[in-house]
Amino acid sequence: MKHNQPVYTDNDPQSELVTLNLGPTHPATHGVFQNVLQLDGERIVSGVSTIGYIHRAFEKIAEHRPFYQITPLTDRLNYCSSPINNMGWHMTVEKLLNIQIPKRVDYLRVIIMELARISDHIICNTIIAQDTGATTTFLYLFQFREHIYEIYEEICGARLTTNIGRIGGLERDFNDIAFAKINKFLKEFPVALREFESLLNRNRIFIDRTAGVAEVTQENALSFGWTGPLLRATGVDYDVRTSEPYSSYQDFDFEIPVGTSGDIYDRYLVRNEEMWQSVRIIEQALEKLKSEPAGIFHADVPEFYLPGKEQVYNNMEALIYHFKIVMGEIDAPKAEVYHAVEGGNGELGFYLINDGGRTPYRLHFRRPSFINYSMFAKMSEGMLLSDAIINMSSMNIIAGELDA
Amino acid sequence: MDINFVIEKFLLVTILFSISLVIAMYSTYAERKVAAFLQDRLGPDRAGPFGILQPLADGLKMFMKEEIIPSNASKWLFMVGPGLAMLCACIGTAVIPWGQDLTINGRAVPLQVTDINVGVLYLFGVVSLGVYGVMIGGWASNNKYSLLSAIRAASQNISYEVAMGLSIIALLLMTNTLSLKEIVAQQHGWHWNVLYQPLGFLIFMICSFAETNRAPFDLPECETELIGGYHTEYSSMKLGFYLFAEYINMFVSSAVMATLYFGGYNYPWMDTVAGLVSPNTAALIGTVVLFIKIFAFIFFFMWVRWTIPRFRYDQLMNLGWKGLIPLAIANIIITGIVIAVVNKF
Repeated sequence: MKHNQPVYTDNDPQSELVTLNLGPTHPATHGVFQNVLQLDGERIVSGVSTIGYIHRAFEKIAEHRPFYQITPLTDRLNYCSSPINNMGWHMTVEKLLNIQIPKRVDYLRVIIMELARISDHIICNTIIAQDTGATTTFLYLFQFREHIYEIYEEICGARLTTNIGRIGGLERDFNDIAFAKINKFLKEFPVALREFESLLNRNRIFIDRTAGVAEVTQENALSFGWTGPLLRATGVDYDVRTSEPYSSYQDFDFEIPVGTSGDIYDRYLVRNEEMWQSVRIIEQALEKLKSEPAGIFHADVPEFYLPGKEQVYNNMEALIYHFKIVMGEIDAPKAEVYHAVEGGNGELGFYLINDGGRTPYRLHFRRPSFINYSMFAKMSEGMLLSDAIINMSSMNIIAGELDA
Repeated sequence: MDINFVIEKFLLVTILFSISLVIAMYSTYAERKVAAFLQDRLGPDRAGPFGILQPLADGLKMFMKEEIIPSNASKWLFMVGPGLAMLCACIGTAVIPWGQDLTINGRAVPLQVTDINVGVLYLFGVVSLGVYGVMIGGWASNNKYSLLSAIRAASQNISYEVAMGLSIIALLLMTNTLSLKEIVAQQHGWHWNVLYQPLGFLIFMICSFAETNRAPFDLPECETELIGGYHTEYSSMKLGFYLFAEYINMFVSSAVMATLYFGGYNYPWMDTVAGLVSPNTAALIGTVVLFIKIFAFIFFFMWVRWTIPRFRYDQLMNLGWKGLIPLAIANIIITGIVIAVVNKF
């Protein structure tokens, strides 16, 4: 199909079909991407997805950047859970450089990643509710995303595009206020989440709108490469955290919720249950931290870990390492690595080929939004317009990750 | 014709018109405050104390905005749409009895613009006309989303008007009159129709939600699917008229529900109260009571809107045709049988 020509042409005056542009700036797309739909009344006959409106060529940019400067690019993939992206990227480079991370750092990272997962699921689930018309649940639970952002602020100073951590650990330890805020969050969030569930889980209208809508078989989901809550809603218990544990996830006791039919209601329930499990993981991590030696927040790898500025100005070794890291003079082995983390909406993978230079030879982001979205146009055929829209919101498509 | 009569009606119409507009204005404020209350937020609090000047600021903003008419729109109909919506919303207040008669200089002054003997039918007619504003506006915009919305609005109103009419018939079997004044008078004291017609009231209320296009039946606007629906292309005070019409409709619907089913200006022990104060004061207390009922309904409208999701188009039709209409017919039959049995013995 040529992209400089209209997808559908309305030349036939006898045609009963209407061509509708859903997007790029439709409120329900929650970002910039377009679907050109052929409608028969309210029913969608066929659709074509057009993506690329905010393509920023991240993979190409990454080829010109030293490793530690690629972290801000990952922020802008799925910006609803940027800490997971940051951590995933750090772990990929650590895998390349063969760095052993202390347990305490792993646990701190788990806390950050699970907070990010909660904030991601808060957005997706409340957006499903919002798109079915229940605005209150959206705004009510959304303030807990704000509390999570306040925790990020304590940890790294930023809110949305966090740039948390460094290769080899975190750039600073959690302070007392951060721990206090995490504890406060763990106390208050379950109450609000229970309220949220009591408002929607057994709501007749909500169930009618979501249950049985956009059902997906396991075969279809797997063949389209679905991962994350979408795949688990169909009943496949694939979660990178358990199948390929990273960052000491094997130390934690948690469950992977699965659905049965893969419809919107199942996706919603899976995400809700994952939030409960994330709360459990954070509680366990806080408990485990008590038995770890305090004050360790990065691995002892001065040749790769970017030192703090006060050391750079006062200490010769730190100055040398700082210079070498910033100038890209690190001894990175020639290797190919693939590392995946369980992102908010699926398996977020980093495929890194290094030829020994200061920048990656090639870096590919396996972006779950992009892969999950490939089924959308096909799924929409035969659906009502309203169903297609909540299907879109329940797929948690983040335009930044879709286009990269 | 008596000049006093003309003055009296003119004053009443003016007052009613202003009250409807002020209530619609402050409904927007109330809606935002209620939403904020339900969502654990503050709501508007900048303009004046507690933000009570917010509706004025909003109104001013609406007037100052640039007026945009799409070049492909049907210009004349594009302007007729919001006007029609507003007109139909406003004239509904004419037949509602707002209180008992006042006595001024020995003249009985009814607090009702006109007591036509087909008041209920008039109300239905006006309410049904209201949908033309939405349809015409949606069609004239020449926007596919607006057109979809117009179609939704039309089919929704047609299906729910049937159920609404049927639910009223059961009420009319009991009251034997179409005059709203008499219907209210029959509910003197505690004899509210809702106690005799609970099912009828429930159906009527659900249909009122649909008729006013409020959540969970707000499919014609449906901002997440149709980007505002029929008023997508509207700006400035034309948009304001549509939004205003919705709030006035809500006010009128609340007034109709209070009048038909909740005794209008009647309240318990009103005879005792009437013995203690002058007749005019007693009548005005009745009016205040009616407004309290109306505000309670408006709050209920808002509460529902901010609590539950909206239906899908086909589910809405199912509920209307397969749920409410059979129920309303059953209600008529039951009412008829009960009335026949009661009359016999």
